Amino acid sequence: MSACLDIRSLSAVLANGHRVLRSVSLTVEPGEVRALVGESGAGKTMIGKAVLGVLPKSVRIVEGEMLIEGEDLGRLDAKERRTLIGARTALIPQDPLTALNPSRRIGPQMTDRLVRILGWSSEKADRRIRQLLDEVQIRDPGRVLKCYPHELSGGMRQRVLIAAAFAAEPRLIVADEPTTALDVTVQKQILRLIAQLQRDHGTAILFVTHDLGVVAKISQKVSVLYAGKVVEEAETAALFAAPQHPYTRALMAATPRYTDPYASLKPVDDTVLAGLAAEIAATDQAWRPGHG
Amino acid sequence: MAEPLFSVRGLKVALPDMTRKPLIGRAPLAEILKGLDFDLPKGSVTGIVGESGSGKSTLGRTLVRLIEPSAGAIHFEGRDIGHLSEAGLRPLRRDLQMIFQDPMSSLNPRHTIFTIIAAPLKQNGLGDRLKERVAEALQRVGLPQNFASRYRHELSGGQRQRVGIARALALSPKFVLADEIVSGLDVSTQAQILTLLEKLAAEMGLTVAFISHDLSVIRRLCQQVIVMREGRIVEMSATDALFENPKEAYTRDLLAAIPLPEIDADWLRPAASAPA
Repeated sequence: MSACLDIRSLSAVLANGHRVLRSVSLTVEPGEVRALVGESGAGKTMIGKAVLGVLPKSVRIVEGEMLIEGEDLGRLDAKERRTLIGARTALIPQDPLTALNPSRRIGPQMTDRLVRILGWSSEKADRRIRQLLDEVQIRDPGRVLKCYPHELSGGMRQRVLIAAAFAAEPRLIVADEPTTALDVTVQKQILRLIAQLQRDHGTAILFVTHDLGVVAKISQKVSVLYAGKVVEEAETAALFAAPQHPYTRALMAATPRYTDPYASLKPVDDTVLAGLAAEIAATDQAWRPGHG
Repeated sequence: MAEPLFSVRGLKVALPDMTRKPLIGRAPLAEILKGLDFDLPKGSVTGIVGESGSGKSTLGRTLVRLIEPSAGAIHFEGRDIGHLSEAGLRPLRRDLQMIFQDPMSSLNPRHTIFTIIAAPLKQNGLGDRLKERVAEALQRVGLPQNFASRYRHELSGGQRQRVGIARALALSPKFVLADEIVSGLDVSTQAQILTLLEKLAAEMGLTVAFISHDLSVIRRLCQQVIVMREGRIVEMSATDALFENPKEAYTRDLLAAIPLPEIDADWLRPAASAPA
């Protein structure tokens, strides 16, 4: 059985030739959550955008393949690619307020995608949306569907978007920092919902986050990213039991824990950064676009 | 026990609720802080934690008198500053400084770092020896001297936050309000900024109110903690006591909701905490 998402040696550059993704390879198996963790600028959101086919114009993919359930996106024309991505993937975005149109009610925003892109009847779409709102524990779907986005709390808006993402039964969801803007207690509820729906629907998730705590709780596999390069890749349990790469260890040491107040809280130190710089330079040395 | 720098009694703040404002006429008042009593001991770092809407930022802004309380007293060094006029506050401004969450919006993009740090010095009658004072401020936060001629956009997030700290501390204030100053930073940069603030607070004998939603950060940095919810203090105690023996269910819920970077298969089980 082929992986739900298979990225092979993906490299991307900016218009000025600066390399932003460095031969990234990763897979997400059916029904599995893979976390993509890194600091800002590591390229984790970029990978999510590449999968969904929404990279900014300034970023150009120069090598590598992306396969969704065995179908190579590179071999499809633009329309086929959009159709495939639309049918099999969905996004849970970071900021529900910017992801929702402020001047339209929730209901039509949620059903639109099902009706227009997947060609469902509006009755079927409406039934489906209500069922999903029930699954994300929204008690009065009738009221919520009539609301405008600003009338809902941050947690409620994120629930709506989770329901919308799962509604079309995608095989793969890209979740881009979906809980970063939320309070901790709401974050926990939302993570629990995502985990619940993910299990119930057997959906694979590529979960982008900067928070090692979230990685530990939600994912089974993890890729640690630095400067567009996967520096470590492991089962999540193995990564936390014995992180291999010095950068992973440094990130863990920099993360404060209320259970361990006397830890030194060390920033990633210069030796580790120098090691990373050398690693990146070696990768780029060995790399010639088009011959990868 | 040291004499408190701040002694707050029965503090209430009501602000116009713009979401309920009628088309014509005034917005009705909404009570944001509903009667708070606490002391901030001299030279201590106090964490103020709560979820969005708990009133933690309003409390901070009231302490530095950007907001006037609607009732109660704010004793600063024994004197009630709660209802001082702007002119009356003028001599106190130097002692009540603030570091902001987002340096992108709190540092003027058109000014050099020198101008940004020098401005409050001039305002507060420290305009002599400006170069020296700015140089000293930069050195204190570990930024090279040539940064004085740079602009905000030429700096990284961590460097910008250092400029914010340099600007606040250049005045040698007695009190510093730090409102979510690390929440936009990567963990590694966060560790640097926290270590720096910790060191400077100790060296300069600062009294700090550290507002944060992150209890792990608060435990590391603060000697006492105030937990807020819906405009009230839920629990207030010494840091170790609060973390080792939280008295209130709400504090325990907050702690239980923090995803620690360690494997815990039960953490996401629905039974683990109150239903959504």
